[in-house]
Amino acid sequence: MHKYVIKRLLMLIPVIVGVSFLVFFIMSLAPGDTARMILGDDAPIEAVEALREELGLNDPVLVRYAHYMLDLLHGDLGTSYKSNRPVFSEIAARFPATFRLSFWGMLFAVALSIPIGIISATRQYSIADSISMVLALLGVATPNFWLGLMLIIAFSLNLRWFPSGGAEGWKSLVLPVITLGTGCMANITRTTRSSMLEVIRQDYIRTAKAKGVSHSKVINKHALKNALIPVVTVIGLQFGALLGGAVLTEAVFAWPGLGTYLVNSIKAKDTPAVLGCVIIFSICFSIVNLGVDLLYAYIDPRIKSKYK
Amino acid sequence: MSAERTKKRSMAVEIWQRLLRNKMAMLGLVILVALALSAVFADVIADYDTKVVAQNISERLQGPSAAHWFGTDEFGRDIFARIVHGGRVSLVVGLISVSVSLLVGGSLGAFAGFYGGRVDNVIMRVMDVFLAVPSILLAITIVAALGTNLVNVMLAIGVSNTPNFARIVRAAVMGVKDQEFVESARAIGTSNTEIIFREILPNCMAPIIVQSTLSVASAILSTASLSFIGLGVQPPDPEWGAMLSSGRNFLRDAMHLTLFPGLAIVVTILALNLLGDGLRDALDPRLKQ
Repeated sequence: MHKYVIKRLLMLIPVIVGVSFLVFFIMSLAPGDTARMILGDDAPIEAVEALREELGLNDPVLVRYAHYMLDLLHGDLGTSYKSNRPVFSEIAARFPATFRLSFWGMLFAVALSIPIGIISATRQYSIADSISMVLALLGVATPNFWLGLMLIIAFSLNLRWFPSGGAEGWKSLVLPVITLGTGCMANITRTTRSSMLEVIRQDYIRTAKAKGVSHSKVINKHALKNALIPVVTVIGLQFGALLGGAVLTEAVFAWPGLGTYLVNSIKAKDTPAVLGCVIIFSICFSIVNLGVDLLYAYIDPRIKSKYK
Repeated sequence: MSAERTKKRSMAVEIWQRLLRNKMAMLGLVILVALALSAVFADVIADYDTKVVAQNISERLQGPSAAHWFGTDEFGRDIFARIVHGGRVSLVVGLISVSVSLLVGGSLGAFAGFYGGRVDNVIMRVMDVFLAVPSILLAITIVAALGTNLVNVMLAIGVSNTPNFARIVRAAVMGVKDQEFVESARAIGTSNTEIIFREILPNCMAPIIVQSTLSVASAILSTASLSFIGLGVQPPDPEWGAMLSSGRNFLRDAMHLTLFPGLAIVVTILALNLLGDGLRDALDPRLKQ
């Protein structure tokens, strides 16, 4: 098992190198002169040239990327053009807010979707099944930023139960978490239902029932564990959507996290900040995918035994 | 030859009949046809210059009425007219960006699946890198770098969806490439490219059709998302996400500004998902009996 963990951890390195190169390359395609943009239109040409040299903008892309990666290894993501502060510290200051939002968003999605999916599957074609499947379909089709706006109208402007923005106290977390988690919840519910439906028709479930094992034990112990693999896969994939969704959710609720920072940095054409944010988001996504792979081994003894 | 044609036709008829039996899929198809027609005839339904972009301050922020079914926005423009014309943008972006992903991702996936070995390894490792960036973030990065206009939005969404097509087509090609008809094509000296595009890909259409339908939905959602954060379609052009973004300043007094464009997105995505799910069931051979 240790071998498997180490192997998967090592596989993260080429992914991070690849992602950083991809994002760096895309950002280098941006038209316009960065040095001119920082100094403004009125700056003398000599000053612009000097800054270009200082920032290494005259070097080829590959050379600039090599410098960037060397700095990245030292935890240096460059300096923000806008605030003139290190991007790393700007990101570090905002990361906990995004982490909190994503964590609770995913917890909300998983905590509701798995029981709903199980109930739907065990009572296929019942009213509960129909209602939850219609809601899941709507959940998949609803853009989270629109859901957020509708929640603000209902629960913030009309009922005044929760604040419409900011990140102070647990109350400010409720609407953003529902906004962020609903789409994931819908997808996980659908997968749990279809996976459970497949499993509860298997012979070993019939055998367990025939032995006289109680219904709840059959479902929770025999069926659920076997149905979890596709569910865990979807949870991992949904995490990518969740991080993307966090950018939009933060924009709706003025949440002081990485998403808001990313959008503001894009508007300010602050390339190092945009680069840093996307790389950090991608590293988080890769780490979650690693976690999902490790979880497979935990859930499925067949995978675990391969690496013993 | 004619027997083969009859068989192909009967397959298509069989799939269509299976789809016809799926009420939810048909509902999705009917909604999509209505949306496509309204997009095609958008200029007949509402004139672009006078109703969609021209400002009429005396009629600003009016609620839904007989004259303005969905009300008017902060510039007095008819929201229904803007939604109809916005639908044209969404459908065009959805279709073109998915065509980009299909063309690039599909070809890469087909080559990877067909040749295997080193070709497969190189292509799929590159795709893995693309997949490591959440797709909307990749689209945001591309638009942020290239600039905000409709072509870049289509390109960004197309590129961000490319790896999904590569994976699906690769898997489908790998399932087909060792079959006898491929072997016989090879035996009569058909070139590899011809085998891939003439023999293998036509036999991998089921997953490609399903993925394309579902990807149009996600592309429309991505377009709206980009516009919502100011990176997509720019004002005064109508786009559902951009309409939501400007409507959020009037949530308290004029919620119809955000309600209707949002509903337009939900209905469109729902219709595409229903059709995509229905197509998957109709094309899945396991459900034949």
